[in-house]
Amino acid sequence: MRLEYFQLIDRIIDLNLNDLTIRVEANVPTESTIFEGHFPGRPLMPGVLLIESMAQASGWLIIGRMRFEKMPFLAAVKEAKLRTFVTPGQALTISARIVHEGSGFAMTEASVAVDGKTVSNADITFRVVDFPKGDFLDNMHAVARRIAFPLEAVAHD
Amino acid sequence: MPSTFDTVANIIAETCDIQRDTIQPDSHAIDDLGIDSLDFLDIAFAIDKAFGIKLPLEQWTQEVNDGKATTEQYFVLKNLCSRIDDLVAAKGK
Repeated sequence: MRLEYFQLIDRIIDLNLNDLTIRVEANVPTESTIFEGHFPGRPLMPGVLLIESMAQASGWLIIGRMRFEKMPFLAAVKEAKLRTFVTPGQALTISARIVHEGSGFAMTEASVAVDGKTVSNADITFRVVDFPKGDFLDNMHAVARRIAFPLEAVAHD
Repeated sequence: MPSTFDTVANIIAETCDIQRDTIQPDSHAIDDLGIDSLDFLDIAFAIDKAFGIKLPLEQWTQEVNDGKATTEQYFVLKNLCSRIDDLVAAKGK
């Protein structure tokens, strides 16, 4: 994780486009400027970033499902629960599952776990729109390679 | 078995916290009931689930934006229900 850059996923460890699920790894850094303010002398992973990490995992799942032809944008977060503190150095496993694919939107259930125990979960809604034109696709492919997104799994025939 | 309108009206009432008796067949979801596009996603989700269909919101939005249709054709509830019935019937074929 590079919190300051909103890079909240380190590596995709499983993307299952049949079950519509994804699992990713993310290690909370031991140092970050964010911890200077959250909180001084008592560094905690901000809950909003845990929610964002679930949104990013869900987002890559939807991108995979849509084969980079549609792009999800966060629209709503429901039933978000921050069950316990997450601290610097902890290893997170973030999971998500698509529970509904509507026309122009998708909904996921997502969770964050530490040592197998759920520390956060949420139901997330995305608007799903045509993939932006221009350099954006190349940029997203670069990010995909960095986080070990299985590009071959969504390659067009 | 509840009518399509009753099912849709109940979904709207529950999803958007609107009094059920204010929701009428001639109500316009946007103009009369004040439902915005984000809330409508929750309604679409519930309708998709309840009827086993997929409301073609992208197509409808495109048609409205292109001037090929009016919002009344899709978002006045009696018209919405008629389209839901059509989608359910098409599913059974």
